[in-house]
Amino acid sequence: MSDPMAEIKASFFVECEELLESLQDGLQAIYDGANDDETVNIVFRAVHSIKGGAGAFGLDDLVGFAHKLETALDLVRAHELAVTPEILKLFFVCSDVLADLVRDSREGIPHDPETIAPTVAELEKIVGNPDESEAEETVDFEVTTLSLDLIDDEDSATSAEPVWDIAFAPKPMLYVNGNEPQFLFRALRDLGDLTVTCDDSDVPELDDLDPEHGHLRWDLRFISNENEASIREAFEFVEDLCQLEIRQTAAGANQDLPTLPDLADLASLEDGPADQSTEPPAAFSDPSQPAAEDAPLLPTQSPGASETPPDESVTASKPEPAKEPNRRAPSAAIPKATVRVDLDRIDRLVNLVGEIVINQAMLSQSVEAAGIPPNSPVRTGLEEFQQLTRDIQESVMMIRAQPVKSLFQRMSRIVREASSAIGKDVRLRTDGENTEVDKTVIERLADPLTHMIRNAVDHGLEQNDAREAAGKPREGCVRLTAVHRSGRVVIEVRDDGAGINRDKVMAKAMEKGLIPPDSQLSDGEIDNLLFLPGFSTADEISNLSGRGVGMDVVRNAIQSLGGRISIQSEPGQGTKFSISLPLTLAVLDGMVIRVAGETLVIPLNTIFETLAVSKEDLRSLGPSTHVISIRDTFVPLIDLGAELGYREPLDDYAGGVVLLIGQEDGLAAAVVVDTIEDQRQVVIKGLQESYGRVPGIAAATILGDGQIALILDPVDLISQSSGRTRPSKTARGAEATSLMETNGATQ
Amino acid sequence: MTEPETAQNQSKDEAVKEYLSFLVGGQDYCVDIMQVREIRGGTKATTLPHAPTYMRGVINLRGTVLPIMDLASRLELKNTKDGNRNVIIVAAIEDRIVGLMVDAVSDILAIPDDDLQAPPDLPADRQKSFVSALTITDNRMIRVLDLTTILSSQREDAA
Repeated sequence: MSDPMAEIKASFFVECEELLESLQDGLQAIYDGANDDETVNIVFRAVHSIKGGAGAFGLDDLVGFAHKLETALDLVRAHELAVTPEILKLFFVCSDVLADLVRDSREGIPHDPETIAPTVAELEKIVGNPDESEAEETVDFEVTTLSLDLIDDEDSATSAEPVWDIAFAPKPMLYVNGNEPQFLFRALRDLGDLTVTCDDSDVPELDDLDPEHGHLRWDLRFISNENEASIREAFEFVEDLCQLEIRQTAAGANQDLPTLPDLADLASLEDGPADQSTEPPAAFSDPSQPAAEDAPLLPTQSPGASETPPDESVTASKPEPAKEPNRRAPSAAIPKATVRVDLDRIDRLVNLVGEIVINQAMLSQSVEAAGIPPNSPVRTGLEEFQQLTRDIQESVMMIRAQPVKSLFQRMSRIVREASSAIGKDVRLRTDGENTEVDKTVIERLADPLTHMIRNAVDHGLEQNDAREAAGKPREGCVRLTAVHRSGRVVIEVRDDGAGINRDKVMAKAMEKGLIPPDSQLSDGEIDNLLFLPGFSTADEISNLSGRGVGMDVVRNAIQSLGGRISIQSEPGQGTKFSISLPLTLAVLDGMVIRVAGETLVIPLNTIFETLAVSKEDLRSLGPSTHVISIRDTFVPLIDLGAELGYREPLDDYAGGVVLLIGQEDGLAAAVVVDTIEDQRQVVIKGLQESYGRVPGIAAATILGDGQIALILDPVDLISQSSGRTRPSKTARGAEATSLMETNGATQ
Repeated sequence: MTEPETAQNQSKDEAVKEYLSFLVGGQDYCVDIMQVREIRGGTKATTLPHAPTYMRGVINLRGTVLPIMDLASRLELKNTKDGNRNVIIVAAIEDRIVGLMVDAVSDILAIPDDDLQAPPDLPADRQKSFVSALTITDNRMIRVLDLTTILSSQREDAA
């Protein structure tokens, strides 16, 4: 990105995301009952900052809309507009529109004014049509807002301290005597909030400029409880060397901050021709004061200061000029310092740490192999090292973790849109927004979650009237919660609707031929029918009959993240979907097993239980297959070694170990392996990029001895398995041909 | 076993290219040295299920998963004896890194383009398609291997 403008613009859009988030937060807080000024201010500031930045980049659509919204919010701020539920709803829609506009601007998509026209019309109903003066104000704003980080001076606006206006015009003698305005201002700043504006209107043309003369005047806005005498005291030594005017303005009168030209006019009117100075202009602000006030004023100094770099103290006094304006709000939680880092760098770090873990394991093995006694310093040192690497790994993994908040906010928009589309009143309650999950998980969770939320609104909740008839509040409720539970994150989508209509689901499944017509299924089994591929089709089931819009797609998406999804439904009470996900995609809890001399890793989350095979449990089925009886159910037996082509099926499996591999909807297969070696966390290494997809294999990992072990994809393996567990002549022939087909090997 | 990159001198004559020559199944082959990343000793590979017979499996190359192809088997020559004397040439083929298992690495040759001749068209040899040119050095015929064809058909096989 060589274009510096493009870079600034990119950072503006990143900031927009944060601002939109705080806007959402604020609105949600109001929605949840917070009605204090500060919350309104947060919302206002967010919109204001977006508008400011957009103005600097000439994003007119964005500025226009943000301005209307800002005007409306300003009315709320001034208590001229009460926040009724309707208006709040409109604000929510507006924030969505604003997000769309930001996105369009970022992508450079020309915006279609038609799409926001209804929202704009609604807004204008509140605000009134924008008149001339407003339009002018907008233009004015754009000019002054060079910084993206501007915010209004909320803090001082609400403060009750008296405000002093000081006009300070040094005479030439002041400089001759070795005085320095900057020091005076510094002294003042120690007494209260000081904002300095430099007036350069008297700086002559370059030809006429006398470098020995000062040409600058300053207007100071000083907020302090000090009385006039003590302010004068600061100027004591220069009293005769300058024109000084100190006036007290009413407290809070600074709410509408005079814009720059006004100040300049004011100064020249009041002070008349003033003494001049070539001193570098100085603008101070107390670090506690938002930078908004002085930031727009900075440009005015530049004519006078063209040869001199801006005074150091200017930058020093506000090291982080309102970088995160919304977080400066006094009542808001104190922000944690954050750093933006390129994701590639983090991924590299994650990889390197993975290497350390592997290396450390290799080292441990060789130390053990060397026969070093357990209590020797080498061993203990190595153990500490092991602990440290584990800590490092965990910390590094946490870098990638992000709160699910952004995801949840997107969902609240889905709820609003879906509910208004079908005319239901729905409230989304979220909980555990700060639960952190790997960034990739969050990204890949968006689609399935959207699907589930839409389902909950569309099919889960009843119509308003039906709810009332059932004795529930008219307004439906969808709860979205995230919580950490034993090393995984559990996300739940719960509605308080009618629950799954199991009779209809059964009827539908039978009609579609997914289950035999005379099946007897338990409630849980019926609920899980929703996950069957082909259960849902284009022909829409009536709203009350249940859900099932592409739930198989949702389940696949969750499973590809290493997660599980389950469903619970209570008639009349609602339905709950639980997604359980690993915290990260980079490591995996696996069971290390051996079969036919090869070491493999099976993801722990797919294993239900392990048991030893006894002869009595084995039953042969067809000519080449077995089933194993487990607590009165028969589960197909799969020989992992045979399925992966490592060996021929054995004559006798007794004595082997069986892993029960299952999905949420029940047992899928019993996989026979030779031995279970270990249970450990492994670092996932992609196989796809370096080699290609291998059926039944999800990825690879590097074990402690430096050898690569393949990570099994049990679901894929089972779905592709032949199930051949008995050596038989005919089957062997069939196997040979199928091997030929899969391999396509050149013989 | 030097890093071949260090051995390459920028030749003044642009028509001369450097090749790494090696022995596979008793025959002399060579590949464009620019495709060679490193040379390393053979280690035990992890078998890949459902893989073509010439895919030995994958090994751990400093933390990345490196597929190993038995070149003799791929070229349908007498199969290399799996021992410690095997050598793996790590080669970059298009956007992929693949390890080629060979009997031994022989030499680095500078061959002018003019000395390369097209292989004769002999339909009985399927492996002909893997050889893009022939040349004679020290009275030995050296076959220039076209790595892209080796991989591209392997890619289809793996799919």
